[in-house]
Amino acid sequence: MTQMLLNALLLALRAIRRNLMRSFLTVLGVVIGVAAVITMVTLGNGATRMVSDQISSLGSNLLILRPGQQLGPGRDSAGAQNFKLSDVDAIESQIPSLRAVAPVVGSKVTLVAGNQNWQSQVNGTTNAYLTTGNWTLAAGRSFEDDEESAGKAVCILGNTVRKQLFGNVSPIGNELRVKNFSCQVIGLLRAKGQGAMGQDQDDIVLMPVRTAQRRLIGNVTDVSMLMLSLRDGVSADPVMEQIRRLMRERRKLAEHMDDDFHVMDTKQIAETLSGTIRTMTGLLGAVAAVSLLVGGIGIMNIMLVSVTERTREIGIRLAIGALEHEVLLQFLIEAVVLSALGGLIGIALSLVVCLALTALMHMPFLFNPGINLLAFFFSALIGIVFGYMPARRAAGLDPIVALRFE
Amino acid sequence: MSDSPLIRLRGITKTYGNGVAAFQALKGIDLDIPAGQFVAIMGPSGSGKSTALNLLGCLDGPSSGSYRFRDIGVDTLDRQQRALLRRHCLGFVFQGFNLLARTSAQENVELPLLYRGAETAQRHAAAREALAHVGLTGWEHHTPAELSGGQQQRVAIARAIVTRPLLLLADEPTGNLDSQRGHEIMELLVTLNRQQGITIVMVTHEPEMADYADRIIRFSDGLVASDHEKERA
Repeated sequence: MTQMLLNALLLALRAIRRNLMRSFLTVLGVVIGVAAVITMVTLGNGATRMVSDQISSLGSNLLILRPGQQLGPGRDSAGAQNFKLSDVDAIESQIPSLRAVAPVVGSKVTLVAGNQNWQSQVNGTTNAYLTTGNWTLAAGRSFEDDEESAGKAVCILGNTVRKQLFGNVSPIGNELRVKNFSCQVIGLLRAKGQGAMGQDQDDIVLMPVRTAQRRLIGNVTDVSMLMLSLRDGVSADPVMEQIRRLMRERRKLAEHMDDDFHVMDTKQIAETLSGTIRTMTGLLGAVAAVSLLVGGIGIMNIMLVSVTERTREIGIRLAIGALEHEVLLQFLIEAVVLSALGGLIGIALSLVVCLALTALMHMPFLFNPGINLLAFFFSALIGIVFGYMPARRAAGLDPIVALRFE
Repeated sequence: MSDSPLIRLRGITKTYGNGVAAFQALKGIDLDIPAGQFVAIMGPSGSGKSTALNLLGCLDGPSSGSYRFRDIGVDTLDRQQRALLRRHCLGFVFQGFNLLARTSAQENVELPLLYRGAETAQRHAAAREALAHVGLTGWEHHTPAELSGGQQQRVAIARAIVTRPLLLLADEPTGNLDSQRGHEIMELLVTLNRQQGITIVMVTHEPEMADYADRIIRFSDGLVASDHEKERA
């Protein structure tokens, strides 16, 4: 039995070698299908991992409070009232499960230092921002109390801003022109890298909230967002409910009115994003699987042509004493070997493509043995399924008729 | 082996189609061929000689009558059993050579051994030996396209004898060759018949090729018209 299988394998390999070009074109569909499936799944896994990594770098246990309803169909954040600085104090004093509450007010402005200029996000906030955002200082210091309360013109730079404006010179103590006022650099944030949406998290400047309100925005009471960090071991849901009730009260919302603000849990965002990516991965994988199926039909097509073309050969084999099931096995193995070879080439191709794309998109490359194995076995299965009909046709030929076939 | 002939046909008929369209190719053939004989079958086209060769070669079964090959009742065998009989006892040589294209002479000759499940080393050795028998030493790795017609037919003969068959069936083996190559092939067949004792049944319509045989059977209209045996030289 093993000898027979071995012989059939040998015959199949010889047949494939005899028609190398046609064999290659035959399996091209399977090659592309397998490569597409594996690439989609691998990139999807990489993207999921990247998002979850970046969300956790955003700050653990982070809640974000924004005015307006949660964005979604038929909802709108326009017209909703901003938060006040007094909201920060209220939340801090009434909700003890929070470790830090940071107000954020900011805009995108042009920064100038020496002869360099750079557009960057400038956020007015407090030292609590460092806690909520998981930031540490690479150099310098954070804000002093009097700088925060008096709204002095001091700032802390993100690493990208430093690179763009100061190059290799230490920026600490230097002056930076922000819009139309001058600001002293007192600290430097440790670099964090790319964010969840591909944005540069280090392209940021922090200054005391009052400074930003007065000199950047021109509104001395409002803040546009609150970032809240939970204490360790505290679950988000009850705290979010507490915040909601407190804010409804402070914003004097009547019983029948909807919230005009919303609280987001970054963990929840991560899960939502990962879920979305998983869905996309599944969808693209399914599309790729269809192309794999089409590749299989290509194999069947070529095998059928091949059976017709090789009718005489089959006649010779039958006359020489090949049994029906041996001819069947030969053609079946030929189809399986072809499609499995296609699968292997596809896996190699996907490896190259994945390595290139993950490098290009700064994504982690997560080799997934499961999908590789699955794609390989599926390609072999395609060989069996689509090779069976042509093989049956070949085996059923009458040797006399087959030998006379021109 | 017993005294009974290698091949014994009794009342063999073969009908193609049925009803009004039925065509009786063989109308009752009785024939004994002893082992070791070189038989030529002649006759005009449509006389049933090819049909007879197909039946003798176990490529097809008769409609009625009995065919015993070495005391095996071939007429009762099914498709698979006939294939096994071909594999172990028969060799075929065709008019059109019927070699596998783009496949070396060596691999062509090895083909029947593959189906017998022979081991690689044994297969190679037997194929080389068979090619040597037909005078093609040194041509093992040429493909049919690189060989002349005569050489291709020699490869085909090597393929037929590599399994040391009891019976070699040749269907107009010289039909596609010029006269000189034809005579060379016939001499090769005679040598195989004399030296290895292989029984040969050959269909031909060239009288000078039939002259090489020990016995000439003429078919006409599905029946044996004449059966002439001559003394071996």
